[in-house]
Amino acid sequence: MTVKLMQGNDAVGWGALAAGCRFYAGYPITPSTEVAEMLSRELPKVGGKFIQMEDEIASLAACIGASVGGLKSMTATSGPGFSLMQEHIGYAAMTEVPCVVVNVQRLGPSTGQPTSASQGDVMQARWGTHGDHPIIALCPTSVSQSFDLTVKAFNFSEKYRTPVILLLDEVIGHMREKFDMPDFDAIERVDRIATDVPPEWYKPYGDSLSDVPPMANFGDGYRYHITGLFHDPHGYPTQRLDEIDPWIKRVHRKIERNLHDIVLYEEDWDPTNKTVVVSYGASARSARHAVKLARQHRLKVGEITLLTIWPFAEEVIARMARTARRIIVPEMNLGQLALEVERVAGRSKVVRVNRANGEMVTPQEILDAIEGS
Amino acid sequence: MTKTIQNDRTEIRLAGEGGQGMILAAIILAEAAAIYDGKNVTQTQVYGPEARGGASKAEVVISNGQIDHPEVINADVLVAMSQEACDKYAGNLKKGGLLIVDEEKVGRIPSNKAVKIPITQLAEARTGRTITANVVALGVLVGLTDVVSRMSIEKAVLARAPKGTEDMNRTALLAGFEAADMVKR
Amino acid sequence: MAQHEEHTAYEYLRPSKKFPNVWCSGCGIGVVMSALIRAIDNIGLEKDNVALVSGIGCTGRMPVYMDFNTMHTTHGRALAFATGLKIARPELKVITIMGDGDALAIGGNHFIHSARRNIGITAIVVNNNIYGMTGGQYSPTTPIGGRATTAPYGNIEPPMPICELAQAAGASYVARSTVYHAAELERYIEQAIRKDGFGLVEAVSYCHTGYGRLNKLGTAVDMMRALKETSMAQAAAQKLAPEERENKIVRGVLHDVERVEYTARYQQLIDQVQQSIGGR
Repeated sequence: MTVKLMQGNDAVGWGALAAGCRFYAGYPITPSTEVAEMLSRELPKVGGKFIQMEDEIASLAACIGASVGGLKSMTATSGPGFSLMQEHIGYAAMTEVPCVVVNVQRLGPSTGQPTSASQGDVMQARWGTHGDHPIIALCPTSVSQSFDLTVKAFNFSEKYRTPVILLLDEVIGHMREKFDMPDFDAIERVDRIATDVPPEWYKPYGDSLSDVPPMANFGDGYRYHITGLFHDPHGYPTQRLDEIDPWIKRVHRKIERNLHDIVLYEEDWDPTNKTVVVSYGASARSARHAVKLARQHRLKVGEITLLTIWPFAEEVIARMARTARRIIVPEMNLGQLALEVERVAGRSKVVRVNRANGEMVTPQEILDAIEGS
Repeated sequence: MTKTIQNDRTEIRLAGEGGQGMILAAIILAEAAAIYDGKNVTQTQVYGPEARGGASKAEVVISNGQIDHPEVINADVLVAMSQEACDKYAGNLKKGGLLIVDEEKVGRIPSNKAVKIPITQLAEARTGRTITANVVALGVLVGLTDVVSRMSIEKAVLARAPKGTEDMNRTALLAGFEAADMVKR
Repeated sequence: MAQHEEHTAYEYLRPSKKFPNVWCSGCGIGVVMSALIRAIDNIGLEKDNVALVSGIGCTGRMPVYMDFNTMHTTHGRALAFATGLKIARPELKVITIMGDGDALAIGGNHFIHSARRNIGITAIVVNNNIYGMTGGQYSPTTPIGGRATTAPYGNIEPPMPICELAQAAGASYVARSTVYHAAELERYIEQAIRKDGFGLVEAVSYCHTGYGRLNKLGTAVDMMRALKETSMAQAAAQKLAPEERENKIVRGVLHDVERVEYTARYQQLIDQVQQSIGGR
């Protein structure tokens, strides 16, 4: 183990390698490019493959193709590129092909401000592609957590056969912190469940107790069909309601029944805290700073940091809202996750602290909100 | 409310024009603190999209404890390598904070307590290359503040120096230390 | 039934998949499908080692009927998905099947870059000059003056030369035939699959339901006959003056060169890198 100074984006690359990522396709875009640069250098060393595609649409397509071929795959992008990837996020959800999409959020809309930070893609991560679909999105708050959550992203993706979005922001992506590279062999790696039935019995989208059907890779002797159309358990297109309905229920159920595994957060509050700060990503750093300042002044304030933002951590927020009177939600946007907090906050008042100008929310702004009752 | 939090939190801002190596200087300083002094650091930066020119700002926060907000809130130290940088960031200095300016580049100085050193000139005189000005600046900064040990910053500078430029970079760093010692006397 | 089972194609179709297919009766796409099956059979490829990747449109529906590793992707992006798959599994024969709108309009960027990389994918473009599935809108290969539901006064855009585009972008094999010339089409597809690098086969077809009806070109049989009458072999075409060649479909192997294939080159890169770091 060697201590290094490392950027969040680099830590994402190392996390991917540790998780077993062996394919990366991407298109250069600030502020995510370091991920691509790092993996173009490191992947061939471990026999992995890197390709710079002609655009972001192609990048995610290639990742899905490679994943179908059996390689754990990732792409990384920012703002405009994330917009371009939306159709294929839906395709991955529909076809249940594991892949990891990193979005280092920058200030938007449109070209916006490429080197400025933002958390403006929270709702896009949830609802960016058309149609009802489940999604997992993770938000690291530090460099070492960027590594850890990248590993988690791959593991969730493989375990639940779903695209996973790793939502960094420019602050976390470009920030350098001390990082102790863990021993890769000691890292828990989850691989997709392989099928053990003979090829003629294999149903790519059916017959699984866990709602996550085993996945055969192309070339392994299980010939089957993959389509973005609604499909039956064999993978063949269907228009039958009695096949469409179970599918949509199953793919939602496979996430909803596993919230205890998927929804990650850090909490530091108790029922005597009348004010609790709920935050994620870089804003969580400002929040923690403000909470410490407030506690030094003997204000009883709690905090919850969401590491998984989708699916939303309803249970803990609702439980906290039963005793907290005010919930403060700092975000580098005009209030996106605050909408979800409000949805489950009951009678608690949700106070938004927002910045959408490319800068971090300051600890003082959050402190002012904590103090102003 | 006064800020009594995290008394050992030291906030340093290095600002200048793109191409002056301010971000690299901040990285080296952060490496000295994190790797060789074993402290916690966060290093952040703001820069324009262009690789050369434009305003450039890099920050380092150093602490023995956990660092929460990763950016400078009120700088303990500002190194200003251009007039624009000085104008923009001097006002954010903490009361009693240290302002270091490149004397040759910064004419208007908002404080009579600022430390004025011809950093770029020194770099050229001692190493023959103005490009080492960022290392001279690190020498001045560490020489005056001891935010990291002199030994650590030297190790960090040499670890980053391209092969064959170690002596030049050591010379630049020592020039910074000397200039700092002159000020102290 | 017995008769069907004796047919080569039967072995390669999916018995559990519900037939009939989505295509209009008389459509040329089925001719391309059977030419592809015969080409694969001629080479003797294992079904497990073949992957068919398609986009959206009438042609995009072809792989579902065929008993290989099959992937029906998004509109225009078959080559991008296929690129990832080929890189992950270079040992697979990856074949993309696209329509003209699919490959050349929405997928034009992937088309030229796949050719440029010379990645070992066989690209079959079934060119019927129209968007069939959406009901007959003009495509990048609709002839000037041709009517379409979005060109009610006649198309004013020049058509995209598919083969010339692929050649210019770097494909190592380029050929064109028609659905009338099924045996020739089969031969070209076979040659393209045998090629290590990027191989393109343009299969000129027709859409009697969409384009044919709007332009009063008659039945499927009439349009099939027209392919016979308006097409000619490359050797014969070269003897004609350029203006005489203008409205002819020139058939033949238009380009065939050896260039290093992408995934092979990437493997070399891996070997070099691993050697330089002493293996890992």
